[in-house]
Amino acid sequence: MFHNSAKILVAGAIAALIASSPVTAQQKLKIGFITTFSGPVGVIGKHMKDSVELALDHLGRKVGGLETEMIYGDDQFKPDVGLQVAEEMMKKDQVDLVSGIIWSNVMMAVVPAVTATGRIMLGTNAGPSPLAGSQCNALFVSTSWSNDQSPEAMGKFMQDQNINDVYVLAPNYQAGKDMVAGFKRYYKGRIVEEIYTKLGQQDYQAEITQLRAKNPKAIFAFYPGGMGVQFVKQYNQAGLRSQIPLYTVFTVDETTLPALKDDAIGQWEARFWSPDLKIPASQKYVADFRKKFGYTPSYYGAQSYDGIMLIDAAVRAVKGNVKDTKGMIAAMRKADFNSIRGKYSYNVNNLPIQNFYLLKGVKGSSGEVEMQIQKTIFENHKDSYFQDCKMKW
Amino acid sequence: MTFGLVFEQLLNGVQFGVMLFLMAAGLTLVFGIMNLVNLAHGSLYMVGAYLAVAATAWTGNFALGAALGLAGALLVGMVVEVVALRTLYERDHLDQVLATFGLILFFNELVAIVWGRAALYTSLPAWLQGHVELFTGSRYPVYRGLVIVVGLLVAVALWYVVTRTRIGMLVRAGASNRTMVAALGVNIRLLYTVVFGFGAALAGLAGLMAGPIYAVQPGMGELILIQVFVVIVIGGIGSIRGALVGALVVGIVDTLGRAFLKPLLGSVISPPAAEAAGPALASMLIYLLMAVVLAVRPEGLFSSRGS
Amino acid sequence: MGSRARVVFWSAAIVLLALLPPVVAALKEPFYLDLMRRVMIFAIAAISLNLILGYGGLVSFGHAAYLGIGGYAVGILAFYGVYSGWLQWPLAMGASALVALAIGAVSIRTSGIYFIMITLAFTQMLYFLGVSLEMFGGDDGMRIKTRSQFSGLVDLSDPVAFYYVVLVLMLASMYLVHRLVNSRFGMVLRAAKSNEARSRAIGFSPYLYRLAAFVIAGALCGLAGALLANHTAYITPDFMHWTRSGEIMFMVILGGIATGAGPLLGAAVLLVVESLLAGWTEHWQAILGPLLILSVIFFRRGLAGVLPGARDG
Repeated sequence: MFHNSAKILVAGAIAALIASSPVTAQQKLKIGFITTFSGPVGVIGKHMKDSVELALDHLGRKVGGLETEMIYGDDQFKPDVGLQVAEEMMKKDQVDLVSGIIWSNVMMAVVPAVTATGRIMLGTNAGPSPLAGSQCNALFVSTSWSNDQSPEAMGKFMQDQNINDVYVLAPNYQAGKDMVAGFKRYYKGRIVEEIYTKLGQQDYQAEITQLRAKNPKAIFAFYPGGMGVQFVKQYNQAGLRSQIPLYTVFTVDETTLPALKDDAIGQWEARFWSPDLKIPASQKYVADFRKKFGYTPSYYGAQSYDGIMLIDAAVRAVKGNVKDTKGMIAAMRKADFNSIRGKYSYNVNNLPIQNFYLLKGVKGSSGEVEMQIQKTIFENHKDSYFQDCKMKW
Repeated sequence: MTFGLVFEQLLNGVQFGVMLFLMAAGLTLVFGIMNLVNLAHGSLYMVGAYLAVAATAWTGNFALGAALGLAGALLVGMVVEVVALRTLYERDHLDQVLATFGLILFFNELVAIVWGRAALYTSLPAWLQGHVELFTGSRYPVYRGLVIVVGLLVAVALWYVVTRTRIGMLVRAGASNRTMVAALGVNIRLLYTVVFGFGAALAGLAGLMAGPIYAVQPGMGELILIQVFVVIVIGGIGSIRGALVGALVVGIVDTLGRAFLKPLLGSVISPPAAEAAGPALASMLIYLLMAVVLAVRPEGLFSSRGS
Repeated sequence: MGSRARVVFWSAAIVLLALLPPVVAALKEPFYLDLMRRVMIFAIAAISLNLILGYGGLVSFGHAAYLGIGGYAVGILAFYGVYSGWLQWPLAMGASALVALAIGAVSIRTSGIYFIMITLAFTQMLYFLGVSLEMFGGDDGMRIKTRSQFSGLVDLSDPVAFYYVVLVLMLASMYLVHRLVNSRFGMVLRAAKSNEARSRAIGFSPYLYRLAAFVIAGALCGLAGALLANHTAYITPDFMHWTRSGEIMFMVILGGIATGAGPLLGAAVLLVVESLLAGWTEHWQAILGPLLILSVIFFRRGLAGVLPGARDG
C-alpha cells in the first residue's frame, strides 16, 4: 500500500531536490510499453496492460515520484511491426525507456534498436536464449526468465520422480525446440518419441492416436495459447487423463483456464509464479487485480506489474534523473523492491535468479479450477546461458 | 504400424475431411453460383461456433444451443449477403477478395469486442463425452464419431437436394449458366440470398461442431479457411461432389502425413534428417497436392464448368 | 487536362518526397521518415504486383513470397558474413526471379480463381519452408546485424541516406513499369488481359509474355524484400504470410489498379491509416474492415482515379 502521506513525502523530497540542485531532474517520465493487443493473442496484451495500470494505481500514477505517461504499442505479433512501434515511441513520443514484449522474435528485433539509442529495454515476458547468453546487453533487463527455465524445472521434477518413457510434443518452431532442449537438459530418462506439430495446428487427434499406440508413461508438452486449449481438450476427450499424466509448460495458465475449466483438473505445470503464491506483494496484486478487473491475473501480468515496480525503484535510486541509465541499471540489478515473486537477485546477464514451482490444476475453494503451487522444484535457479555472457558488474 | 493404427488414423482423416466438407460445400456453392470469392466464409464458421457456445450457456442445453447457433449463422449469412455482398457479384474477383477480407477483420474484432479475446469455454453433455473401443486398446471419442455421422448425413442430404429437388435444379442451372436462369424468370436475387444463407449455415454447423474440440477464439475461421480453399480448388469449383472428394482427400492426406510421414522418411533417409524434414513436409503436403492436381488438371478434379 | 495534370502531379509528388527529410528534421519528427520509407518499400512491392495484376490481369495472391525470398537472400548472406549490397541485392532479385519462374510456369496455365489459389498455395509452402529453416531462426526469424554495404558509397544506417536510396529505387521501379507497359511487350500483356482469345487469334501466345511479366514482377518484389530486410534489420517467415500478400494486393486495389501512382498512394494510405487507427483504439480492425468494404463499393477506380494526373504513370 502506498499511503498518501508517503506520496507527499516523496513529492516533497523530489521538489526539494529540484530546488536545491542544478541537476536537471525531469518532471515527467514517459514509458513505452509494447505488447500484442490485436488478434487472438491479444488476451495476453490485456493481462499485461491491466497489470501495468494496476501498478500505476498502486504508485499513485507516479513512477519513481515522477508524473508518468504510459505509451502503449501494439506489435500485432510481428517483429517488424514491433520494431516500427518502438521507433515511433522513441522518435515521436520521446519515451525514456521501452518495456513489455511478449514474443521472443519481437524482442530480438527491438532490443538492438532500443539499446542503440542508449535507452533501457525492460523485458516483461520474452526471454530468448541469445539475450541471456552471447548477445547479452547491459541495457537489457528482464523481470521474467529465460524461455527454457520452466521446461528445465519440469524436466528436473520428472527426473526426480523417476518417470520413464515420456512422449514429447511441441509446435515446430524455435520456441518449441528450445522448450524440449530445456526439458532434456534435466530429464535424463527414456523419451519414447519427440513430435513436432505444425504451428497453429488445431486438431491433435492424429498425434494422440499415435501417442496412445506407443503407450508412454507420461506426456511432456508445450502448447501456448489456443493450441494449448485444443490439445488439452482433445487429450481429455480421448480419455487419456486417467491413463497418461500430462506435464506441460506455458500451456495451462490464467489466460487459458477460463476456456478449459474442468479439463485442466490434474494438469501439471512448472512456473516461477502463480496467483496463490504466499507472498504479501503477490497477494495484494492478485486481490486488487481481481477487484479492479474482475478476473484472475496471469504470470504475464505479474511480470509486467513487477516491471513497473522495478522502474519505480530505479527512478527513485537516481532521484528522478532518468538520463542516468548507468545508475538506473545499477539500481535495477539490486532488485530492491517488493516483487510479486518475493526477494530475488539478478544474474550477470540481467535475468532474474529465482525459484520455480510445480503447479497442479485443482478445484479451488471458490469452485473454480485454478493452478496451485505443489512444491518448489528449483530454488534460486539460474538460466543455462549466463556463462556465455561476458558482462562484468 | 499395425492395421488398427492405420484404420484409426484413417478415421481421424475422415473426421477432419468431414469438417472441411461442411465448410467447402457452402463455399463452393457460393463460388459456383454467384461467382463470388468469399474469404469471409471462415468468419461465418466462427460466428456459428460463438453463437452456439453463447446459446448453450444461455439455454443450458447442448442440442438447443446448437440449433440456435445454426439458425443464427443462417441469419447472419443472409444479412451479410444483403448488406455487403450483393453489390459485389458483378465485380471482379479482386474487389471481392478485398471486401470479404474487410469482413474478416470486422467479424474478428466484433467477437473480440462482444466476448473478449480469450478462448471461450465449451463442454460436451455427458452422453457425448465417452469413447468407444473399436478394437482392443483403441479409444475413439464418441463426439468425433458423431461429427463423422452428421457430416456424412449432410453430404447425403445435399446430394438429394441438389439432384432431386427444384431448388437443386435451379442451383445446378445457376452454376452453369446464370443469365439463362435469370431469363427464365427465376428470382435470382432471392435465390442468391437463400443459397448464401444456406452456405453460411453449413459453415456455422462446422463451427459449432468444432467448438467442443477446438478453441473458440477470434480468428479461428482463418485457421481452417485456407485448407478449405485447397479443398474446393482440388475438387473443382462449384462441384459438391468435388468438395466431398477434395475434403476427404485433403483430410486423409493431412492426417496420414502428420502421423506416418516422419517414420516413413526415417526408413528412407537418415533419422535425424527425417526428424527435420518430416514435420516441415507434412505441413506442406496439402499445398503440394493442390499444386500437382492443378498442374495436371487446371480446373480441379470435378469442375462444374465446361464439362 | 491529360499530360499537363500529369506533369504537375508527378513533379509535386517527387518534390514533396525529396523534401521530406529536411522537413522532418526541422520539425524534429524523424519517425515520419521511417514511416515513409516503409511506405515506399511496400510501394515497390505493390508496383511490381501492379505490373502483373493491373496490366496483366494475373491476380497473384502470393506476392509476399518474393518479399520473403528477397529478405532471406540478404539475411542469409549476412549470416555468412557477406555484407556487400552489390552482391546481396542482385542475388535477392535473381533468386526471386528464379522462384517466380518456377511458380509462374505452373500457375499461369490456370486462370481465374484457380490462379489466385495456386499462387497462394505456393506461398504457403514457402512460408512453411521459412518456418522450418532452423538455422536461420525458423519461425522466430533472424536479426540482421549489419545492413547491406555499398563500398562506402552510401551508408544505410543513416536514415536519410537510406530514405533517398529507397526513393530513387521506387521512382526507378515506377519508370521501369511505365516503360514496360507502354512497350510492345506491354501491349501484348494488356491485350491478353482484355481478350485472350483475340490475342491468340492474331498470333500471340500470351503464356510466355505473362511468364516474363511474372518473373520481372518477382524480381522487383525481391528488391523490395531486400530493402524491407534492411529497413527492419530483421527477417522472419512472416514476410511471406498470406495476409501479407493480401495487404500488398489491397495497396494496389486501393490505389487504383493499372495506374502509375496507385501503388504508392495505396501503400501510403493503408499503412498510415493502419498506424493512426492502431494508435487510437485496439479495436482498429473493426474500423479498417468496413473502410475496406466501403472503399471497394464506392471507390471503384481507387485513389488514383480521383487525383488528376495520377492515373497514368
